[in-house]
Amino acid sequence: MSNGFNWFKYSSPQTFFPIAGKLAAVFAVAAAIACAAGLYIGFFVAPTDAQQGDAYRIIFIHVPAAWMSMFLYMVMAFWAGMGLMFNTRLSGMMASAIAPTGALFTFLALWTGSLWGKPTWGTWWVWDARLTSELILLFLYFGFMALQAAIDDSRRADKAGAVLALVGVVNVPIIYFSVKWWNTLHQGASINFTKAPTMAATMFTGMVVMALGFWFYSIAAAMLRARCIMLEREHATEWAAEYVKGLAGNHQGRPGLKGV
Amino acid sequence: MTAAIRCMIRRDLLLAVRRSSDVFTVLLFFVIVVSLFPLGIGPDPALLRTIAPGAICVAALLASMLALQRIFAADHADGTLEQMLLGATPLGMTVAAKVLAHWLVTGLPLVLIAPVLALQFDFPQELLGVLTLSLALGTPVLGLIGAIGAALTLGLRGGGALLSLLVLPLYIPVLIIGAGSAEAAAAGLGGHAQLLLLGAFLVAAAAFAPWAAAVALRISME
Repeated sequence: MSNGFNWFKYSSPQTFFPIAGKLAAVFAVAAAIACAAGLYIGFFVAPTDAQQGDAYRIIFIHVPAAWMSMFLYMVMAFWAGMGLMFNTRLSGMMASAIAPTGALFTFLALWTGSLWGKPTWGTWWVWDARLTSELILLFLYFGFMALQAAIDDSRRADKAGAVLALVGVVNVPIIYFSVKWWNTLHQGASINFTKAPTMAATMFTGMVVMALGFWFYSIAAAMLRARCIMLEREHATEWAAEYVKGLAGNHQGRPGLKGV
Repeated sequence: MTAAIRCMIRRDLLLAVRRSSDVFTVLLFFVIVVSLFPLGIGPDPALLRTIAPGAICVAALLASMLALQRIFAADHADGTLEQMLLGATPLGMTVAAKVLAHWLVTGLPLVLIAPVLALQFDFPQELLGVLTLSLALGTPVLGLIGAIGAALTLGLRGGGALLSLLVLPLYIPVLIIGAGSAEAAAAGLGGHAQLLLLGAFLVAAAAFAPWAAAVALRISME
């Protein structure tokens, strides 16, 4: 490949492994900065809400977590689909690396939503459309992880998980609309691409900065996890064996965040 | 191809008839689970009338999930499934035929007995038609979606519990819409919208699920 950039170069674990380490380090730092900034804006800069008081401030965690939970499922299904289509090993590894982070954000969204619901709605939980579909999303993540954990052959695990993730993607809108028609109490979205947000500009900024922070965190966590998966699966290859040997001889470093 | 499919359905039905106790286990499970609801909740007729569609739908969901492993397990164990994968008939069609036979054996009996169980819940007789129709449309969807899960978990350890974890979240729309149709009819809304939606689910699942299950089977048999 003399002209242009060869994207497939990084689809092999051996070449991706050091890059993933660097990306994980960069995005971990970026995530720490963005989350600190977002929390500062959320807690000290943004005004108190006229109706909900200070209880609303959990929005700065809740909404970005809910965004990430849905977005990460799409990313996971994307990589799973790529793995099925191109039969690349790394795609399946990426899908398995993303799943736990997605489940974490789904749980975080449910947990913070419940904490927010108590002071504002007066109840920890209601069978509302969005809560229910978020709960089902959590089940879908668990199903994906449980299926992959039950299969010993990693290639089969990747492909079986991919089929499940894709079936889940088809089902997510159906689930969402069926629960929406079933019951709805949750407030409408305050942010919409077609009209100006119905909230103070600082609140909006805080949420976007937090969302960026969560995004960076997800990339860093997925890269770290992908590195572990790569080492586990490729332990028989020369480069992985050398890397592990290097780890054993070098105790003072922080191997998780460094390149080969 | 139609001959092969007819042969497949006939074979699966014949096998089920020869081992008829398997069929009755699913049906009995359904009857028992439905009867557990009044025991757990209390015999108040007004309450039972409200929960009847939901309780029957949930029980149908569990019963059809319990039966899912039977779709492929026996053929997987004796090697017939490998021959089906190698055969000239498109695998998706084979899967569709197997699901149809499976529904005739495990789904249809549930649909037929459901009105009787609904009477136990003091469910209004004029609404029994809607309830039965919603089950008749819903249970094949459960079988079709479940076939994907059954194919994915073929031969895995902890298959049954794992299968329920995979399949039950995907069953939720059928549960909501299926129970909703009878509830809407009870509220005087007719329930036609829900029945049409269930029909749409059935058409979509019949078109896509067999092929997804075929892909899953090939992955499992690699």
